[in-house]
Amino acid sequence: MPKLLNLLLAVEHGMKKPVWDCTMCGQCVLHSTGMTCPMTCPKTLRNGPCGGVREDGHCEVKPEMRCIWVKAYDRKVSLPLPTVWKEHYNDLRPPVDMQLKGTSSWVNLVTKRDQQTPAGWAKRQEETHSH
Amino acid sequence: MSKLRDLLTQTKDVVYTAEFPVIDGGGMDQVKKNVERLAPWFAAVNATDNTAAHAHASNVSVAIAMKQHGLEPIMQIVCRDKNRLAIQADMAGANLHGIENIALLTGDDVTAGDEPETRRVFDLDGPQAINVASILNAGTYLSGRKLNPAPNFFICAVENPFAPPHDYRIERAMKKHRAGAQMLQLQIGYHPDRLEKFCAGVAATVPELALIPSVVLVKSSKPLNFMNDKVPGISVPQDVIDRVAQSSDQAEAAYQLALEQCQHALALPGVRGLHITDFRHDETLERLMHDLGRTPNQYT
Repeated sequence: MPKLLNLLLAVEHGMKKPVWDCTMCGQCVLHSTGMTCPMTCPKTLRNGPCGGVREDGHCEVKPEMRCIWVKAYDRKVSLPLPTVWKEHYNDLRPPVDMQLKGTSSWVNLVTKRDQQTPAGWAKRQEETHSH
Repeated sequence: MSKLRDLLTQTKDVVYTAEFPVIDGGGMDQVKKNVERLAPWFAAVNATDNTAAHAHASNVSVAIAMKQHGLEPIMQIVCRDKNRLAIQADMAGANLHGIENIALLTGDDVTAGDEPETRRVFDLDGPQAINVASILNAGTYLSGRKLNPAPNFFICAVENPFAPPHDYRIERAMKKHRAGAQMLQLQIGYHPDRLEKFCAGVAATVPELALIPSVVLVKSSKPLNFMNDKVPGISVPQDVIDRVAQSSDQAEAAYQLALEQCQHALALPGVRGLHITDFRHDETLERLMHDLGRTPNQYT
């Protein structure tokens, strides 16, 4: 089993690194962010752009780089992505679980490990969604 | 008791807020002087958290000092310098001292400051930090561990309607509101059309979310150029800079610009007040407040 996990990890990293500069956060949200990885934001913001986006749509920290959230929004609007993915664009994404760093998000998706959040967070999400 | 919350939820009063100057010197005497200058005009004032990525006396300490001197703080917590443990500790500390207004911000990057070599944290982002404040309000830390007594935070946040992607900024404001924000201070901006669109969009969906646009008082075109060139997220159109730069009395032209911005913003839907950044221009601040129909000590 560890061999299979290592293989999956290698395949996932091999595919995602060249395309999305994947950092293997282990809790992939690409599908809901216009196929743009929020972990490539210098502030690793998972819930939308900061207030420092420049007039030309470029990054506060790296002026040569287009803000990943400007890119994500453009792609969310223009790419023919499944509606269910687009509907999740403005979801409140939980804080990154640093324990998952370096693990396979595919495995974590299947085991639902990537949906585990701290008890306080989970309770609030339950309450706000039931309203 | 949060006077800010009472004003916004139980009255129709216009709410003016400001920025407490950073404390690097002068000790408590300086705190007192700042309080005396700001208290007559403002319902609550921001105690900043390492503003513009420069280290200063801490958010919690300044908020406590302001409160002791009778000025209601809005204690900012920024995600740049603290992980989620430290952010929750700030919140629990505020609760311990009876500080109810807290504002959660993502924060400028470390590259904006005088120690750009420092590690940036961003363990939480702005909307997550807002949600964490809501979790504490329900009586537990993020982990689920109890916090007793539970805080009664009036949760504030910040949004920039002027920065791209413009169409998304309204949705992002909604996200912050869903996470628990009840008031949004808006960043300084010089595109009235963008502000109009943002306020109309927010007010149409969440009219209870109090919007507080910001206006900065300057004395010449120089700070306008500076903001346009050096402050990410602020763009000042050339015709606005020219209007001040080409005037025979730059200070007066800059003042009239700010007054117009105030009057314009106050007439927009969802707007419940203004955030005034004055760079310690006392006379101009008083003149502005008078021109906006204010008299001293209206909140007391």
